[in-house]
Amino acid sequence: MKLHELSLKEQLNGLKEGSFSSTELTKHYLDRISSFDKELNSFITVTEESALNQAKESDERYKSNKALPLDGIPIAHKDIFCTEDILTTCGSKMLSNFKAPYSASVVNNLSSDGVVVLGKTNMDEFAMGSSNETSFFGPVKNPWNKKYVPGGSSGGSAACVSAQLASAATATDTGGSIRQPAALCGLTGIKPTYGRVSRYGMIAFASSLDQGGVLARSAEDSAILLESMSGHDPKDSTSLNEDVPNFLENIDSPIKGMKIGLPKEFFERDLPNHVKSSTKEAIETYKDLGAEIHEISLPNVDLSLPVYYIIAPAECSANLSRYDGVRYGYRCEDPKDLEDLYMRTREEGFGSEVKRRILIGTYALSAGYYDAYYLKAQKCRRLVANDFTEAFKSVDLILSPTTPDTSFKAGEKSDDPIEMYLQDIFTIPANLAGLPGISFPCGSHEGLPLGVQLVGNSLKEAQLFQAAHQFQEATDWHKNLPEVK
Amino acid sequence: MALSDKELKEIAYLARINIDKDSFPSLKGELEQILDLFEKLNSAETNEVEAMSHPLNLSQPTRPDEVTEEDQREKLQETAPSVQSGLFLVPKVIEGED
Repeated sequence: MKLHELSLKEQLNGLKEGSFSSTELTKHYLDRISSFDKELNSFITVTEESALNQAKESDERYKSNKALPLDGIPIAHKDIFCTEDILTTCGSKMLSNFKAPYSASVVNNLSSDGVVVLGKTNMDEFAMGSSNETSFFGPVKNPWNKKYVPGGSSGGSAACVSAQLASAATATDTGGSIRQPAALCGLTGIKPTYGRVSRYGMIAFASSLDQGGVLARSAEDSAILLESMSGHDPKDSTSLNEDVPNFLENIDSPIKGMKIGLPKEFFERDLPNHVKSSTKEAIETYKDLGAEIHEISLPNVDLSLPVYYIIAPAECSANLSRYDGVRYGYRCEDPKDLEDLYMRTREEGFGSEVKRRILIGTYALSAGYYDAYYLKAQKCRRLVANDFTEAFKSVDLILSPTTPDTSFKAGEKSDDPIEMYLQDIFTIPANLAGLPGISFPCGSHEGLPLGVQLVGNSLKEAQLFQAAHQFQEATDWHKNLPEVK
Repeated sequence: MALSDKELKEIAYLARINIDKDSFPSLKGELEQILDLFEKLNSAETNEVEAMSHPLNLSQPTRPDEVTEEDQREKLQETAPSVQSGLFLVPKVIEGED
């Protein structure tokens, strides 16, 4: 078996047993990146030199029996996480020259567990998009079929893991940006409970929704990585002061008797037959595993999309006001006065989707519209969240398709913002309620993967990993990988 | 929902984003489409509902009043577009003699 075909867990075992070194593994991935990524465009920055140095240090720790929990595993970071002295662009012209002066807590947590960082992955500009077509650094291609998009906004992280150019990658999810690309690229992706992973050094889009997480090839690999990333961080006032459980502890336990709810509002939607049948098959698998399946109702869930497209832009319009061409990032040429500096820097530095969202957010927050839009959306958000609270009184997990269909062709939806927004119809509700959600492969149609999503109650990531892992023990969908040429 | 030219100009100014004449009409159309999406919320009865600004019922944490950060002015200013003597440079704000 080739090194890139091994799972993260198998690679860890191989490193521990000395079957190969981290330097060999790292070089192997760097070679694959230089062979295949020109076309895929999943990386914005490849940190070859520092990766090889980290691998060397890791090999030395193995030799002296001082190995760290994830020692020598090569991963990639979404370019939304600040990395000290390394380019951190967030996929934008605005930050195309920005070398972060410090590292995100997620980056530090993983580094102190010994990972090797291969580079920074491409993404939709400021994490706004569902196809990775809004990046200033060009679109990312889906390794399953290069005419198709990898999803977004964590499209680079998804494409590089799916193409086996990294063992796993960090990602972020504001409305589905981990789970939707996971589904479109045939991966397992987890967005944990809001507050589980520190947002310190993670470039802000919509602060009450943003959450860091993982894209990997299996539930088990995701659990290993998430455990290292998570934990209370005094530098983030919204970080949960809760112990991080051992996410692997119950992963092998049978799920007999676990109650899985199917929201009728999701299943009443007009979905393509291949989505319906693969979801139905996943439900059958869960029945075979001994789970109890119940129909449930989330009566206000249809409000989620409009609520999200008021709240996320409102928060983004505030967060992105920091890009003013003064303290860091892009500045326009020859500003005639301060106002001109602001107006043109932001006109030239932001792409069109980012500008649309800032304008919508500014509108929703402006005098005269605040009550009608922003306050109304916050009240409706409560209704959506209350539906979940009610549902979790009778079920443990909630199952649905992750996306309304398989991936779509590049350019197909880029001129129609609303059509693009519908990509996240099944993923947004979990962000509004702050709940953990996982997507994993459950089928395929015309050579493109399909995903199923489980949403759990607050802090129940371990249960999500257990349910996803049991599914992956019973099926082989997650083992399908694209052949990269 | 219709958005007037005047309204769009006002929002763009509030957001400090210049919009060129050529992209103005298409941008206006796109924003109107997005605003239409929000109409759905009018069907929800929310008089008795408390606004939800955050997914966690958190109180603001406090910490001891101790210095934890060191001065990194030079490092932080390395990425600035224009700096002189530790100050960020911008075009002249106050009119007057040079």
